[in-house]
Amino acid sequence: MQKVTREQLLNKASELLSNGTVSCVLGWAAGEFDYDVTPKMFNCVEELNAGFVFNDFCGANVSKYLVARAGKCEGKILVFLKPCDTYSFNQLLTEHRFDREKVYAVGIPCEGMADIAKVKAVCGDGISSIDTTGEDMKVTTLYADAPVSVAAADVLAERCINCKSKKHVAYDELMGEEGDVIDSARFDEVARLEAMSPDERFAFWQNELSRCIRCNACRDACPACTCEKCVFDNPNSGVENKSPANSFEEKLFHIIRAFHVAGRCTDCGECSRVCPQNIPLHLLNRKFIKDINEFYGDYQAGAEVGSRAPLVNYTTEDLEPGEVFDRRDNNA
Amino acid sequence: MKNETLIPQLGVITDVRIDTPDIKTFRVVTPDGKKAFDHRPGQCAMLSIPGVGEAMFSITSSPTNTEYMEFSIKKCGCVTDWLHQAEPGQQITIRGPYGKPFPVDDVFAGRDLLFIAGGVGLAPLRSVINYCRHYRDRYGKIDIVYGSRSKDDLLDYKEIIEEWSTDSGVNVHLTIDNPQEGWDGHVGFVPNYVKELGFDTNKVAVLCGPPIMIKFTLEGLCSIGFEKTNVYTTLELRMKCGVGKCGRCNVGAKYVCKDGPVFRCDELDELPAEY
Amino acid sequence: MRKCSLDKIDLVFAQIAKNAALYLPVDQTDGSAAYKKWEEGTVWSGALNTVRSPKDFFFPQTEDLMRFKTEGKNIEIIDTRTEGEDFVVFGVRACDVKSFDILDRVFLSEPVDSFYANRRAHGVIVSLACTRPSETCFCKTFGIDPAEPAGDITAWKTETEIFFRANTEKGEQLLSKIAALTEDSDDAVVKAQKEQIGKIMDKLPLKNVTTDGFGGGKTDELFNRPEWDELSQSCLGCGTCTFVCPTCQCYDIKDFNTGNGVIRYRCWDSCMYSEFTRMAHGNNRLTQKERFRQRFMHKLVYYPENNDGLFSCVGCGRCLAKCPISMNIVKVMKKIGGETK
Repeated sequence: MQKVTREQLLNKASELLSNGTVSCVLGWAAGEFDYDVTPKMFNCVEELNAGFVFNDFCGANVSKYLVARAGKCEGKILVFLKPCDTYSFNQLLTEHRFDREKVYAVGIPCEGMADIAKVKAVCGDGISSIDTTGEDMKVTTLYADAPVSVAAADVLAERCINCKSKKHVAYDELMGEEGDVIDSARFDEVARLEAMSPDERFAFWQNELSRCIRCNACRDACPACTCEKCVFDNPNSGVENKSPANSFEEKLFHIIRAFHVAGRCTDCGECSRVCPQNIPLHLLNRKFIKDINEFYGDYQAGAEVGSRAPLVNYTTEDLEPGEVFDRRDNNA
Repeated sequence: MKNETLIPQLGVITDVRIDTPDIKTFRVVTPDGKKAFDHRPGQCAMLSIPGVGEAMFSITSSPTNTEYMEFSIKKCGCVTDWLHQAEPGQQITIRGPYGKPFPVDDVFAGRDLLFIAGGVGLAPLRSVINYCRHYRDRYGKIDIVYGSRSKDDLLDYKEIIEEWSTDSGVNVHLTIDNPQEGWDGHVGFVPNYVKELGFDTNKVAVLCGPPIMIKFTLEGLCSIGFEKTNVYTTLELRMKCGVGKCGRCNVGAKYVCKDGPVFRCDELDELPAEY
Repeated sequence: MRKCSLDKIDLVFAQIAKNAALYLPVDQTDGSAAYKKWEEGTVWSGALNTVRSPKDFFFPQTEDLMRFKTEGKNIEIIDTRTEGEDFVVFGVRACDVKSFDILDRVFLSEPVDSFYANRRAHGVIVSLACTRPSETCFCKTFGIDPAEPAGDITAWKTETEIFFRANTEKGEQLLSKIAALTEDSDDAVVKAQKEQIGKIMDKLPLKNVTTDGFGGGKTDELFNRPEWDELSQSCLGCGTCTFVCPTCQCYDIKDFNTGNGVIRYRCWDSCMYSEFTRMAHGNNRLTQKERFRQRFMHKLVYYPENNDGLFSCVGCGRCLAKCPISMNIVKVMKKIGGETK
């Protein structure tokens, strides 16, 4: 259950639309079921009333849509940002990907979003409705006689279990109370991988990445992937490809992508959320974040607008490549 | 194993003619010196250089040429760039023929024909023009309107002047976009020139050139009374398989590689405007 | 009809695998199922379906078409095709079996695609009736009965038994190979199961999705509908829907230089990709709206126009489950076509 309700957000949006602060609203639209939510641009109160939704399944980070949308409609866009979305928002601003003046950001609290796969693992398939308004989720299926109660904590998305911040780092207006940055356990899994032998680690990624179908969903959903022409779409790049021609290319894509977003990835977790094959792609990015923290001091991409990532900000105190090399030897 | 259309045969470039600063005409035969396959006017072939890529080109030579095939190719991408630096003796791969030809044996038979081309758009028309010249008695009067940016950009200039212009019953009307020293012919864009020439509307017209030229010329033809059912053109979209399977050139329920590239202009009106 | 106790299913698998490679859905470490080659100890998944569709068996994501060797100005074309080996795909759902018909019409029409035809000739399909469809299922919209899947053999599974019925000669042959492990049976249990499935079908949330309003000849009517803007506005332009779709079959042909010759291979492509229609001198679909529309118009209008009214969707629900933004063919059909039947 979310602390802020659909009605509260609707009222806020209606108010901002009618007083002329904004001319359209970027939010989430209800789908066929109670969980298949689509990011959508709403142009008026009627559209909002008809389709706007906010519940435990609004995990989609809509900040990337601002790149294409901000400045395209008259007036400002109202965007609802969960705490983790605000980091992407700031990072996009840092990279000058949209015009801040064209956006009115409302920070909204988030109690963590649910993972439908986990819901189905608990309640089974054939979901006819999910009531998220109570303390526990009530799930009705085609095959159970009565609704099943599920504790929200049991079906939280991985990225929400390891939530890094309930604090909004960007907004024009905040709804509800401000939260704090959380000292989460998000690097534990990375540490577990680091502790593996190279062979074990290779086997781990081999297994995970072997499922990749190269659909590009991770890239296309990623707020850090906003290149106008991706190297993987460019026939002249020599690495343009639509499918893993072999197991080497399978990994190449993800490794290159991880490098490209290193230092800019805010760890929003969209890559893993959208992956149709459940590949824990966020672990690649978290490895970079963990290393950056250890090598250069704690750094959170998107925490503030205009911050220079350690990887693009040379200082004479930077550690020498040799030190990284030694560290690798010690780890292995 | 069954024949596989995607697996090409070998071809050899035996002659390279420089037509314009960016168009060359390549003569292609099989390694044993024969024509790779028979084709009909307007049909295409897939040429490739392994490692570079494969692309669809209209066959410029007439089907009546039983010795070799010719392709007039403008330099504008990976495959064409590579071909432009190729020398005689270079082997390539070739497969085809693909696509629906011009209806030379039924619709065109006995009719006056008007061919209108712009730039490299003459390439697919040269095949049908030479076919109709070869079977001269099957067709009525032939008019050819051909324009390009400058005199130097006119394709097949020698053939046009020495052969086409001297044929009886064939009228060639050349034009270039801007005045140029040494050019005493017509100056102006093809669509306007077509209107100025004001042809009989009982002809069958065949149009080929850049999309913008086709658009305005078709409008021009319609404005002087041509029915779209009497106007043919060819489309060019990205193609990979050449046989209506890979999905790339699909527009509406048609595949340009298989159902085209030749379309009657009224058929185009039935397609969504995505070509 | 033949039946066998599920206790003996591994013996059945072992028997089949003696003569042909056997593929069946297996649970993966991430919790989803995928077709894997059976070997001793492989456990058949109980999942409703796999994320990747079985189209891979006939139209794999990548496959080599030929090789070339080049030396100076000379090229050698090497036909690397080999006659395929027999294989059995076990546990294919009704929707996916239907998808093979849709692919057949593309790949087996003249000129026949020999790569696809070869695999098709060597594959035996053992289908499996669904007992617990998901809320995302809408195969009925396309006239598919999940209790009566086609295929060379149809199987029905209960808690304790599995029933087989051969539908084709290939199926008869395979059934005869496992005859010692199966026994004759009447169809009472299967009948009861079919009735049960029928009842569930009537409760499915998408039971009213209809193809009314779509079909050949509808291009003019549907192409310029204003709803395409709204439907496509959030599309990321990824290829998830096309790659998990059992009927999407667009492909690309590419060359790969190994350093010791060139491999020409084909791979799945997606009309959702910006590069799909791009040529050296232009692109006829510049916006995501155009590309999005192409995918659905192709499935619901263009394909049926060329294929006797057959739609290029089987209602498997994969795109409903997997689209990153939850935009899918059901939403398109409801918005553009309307809901009631």
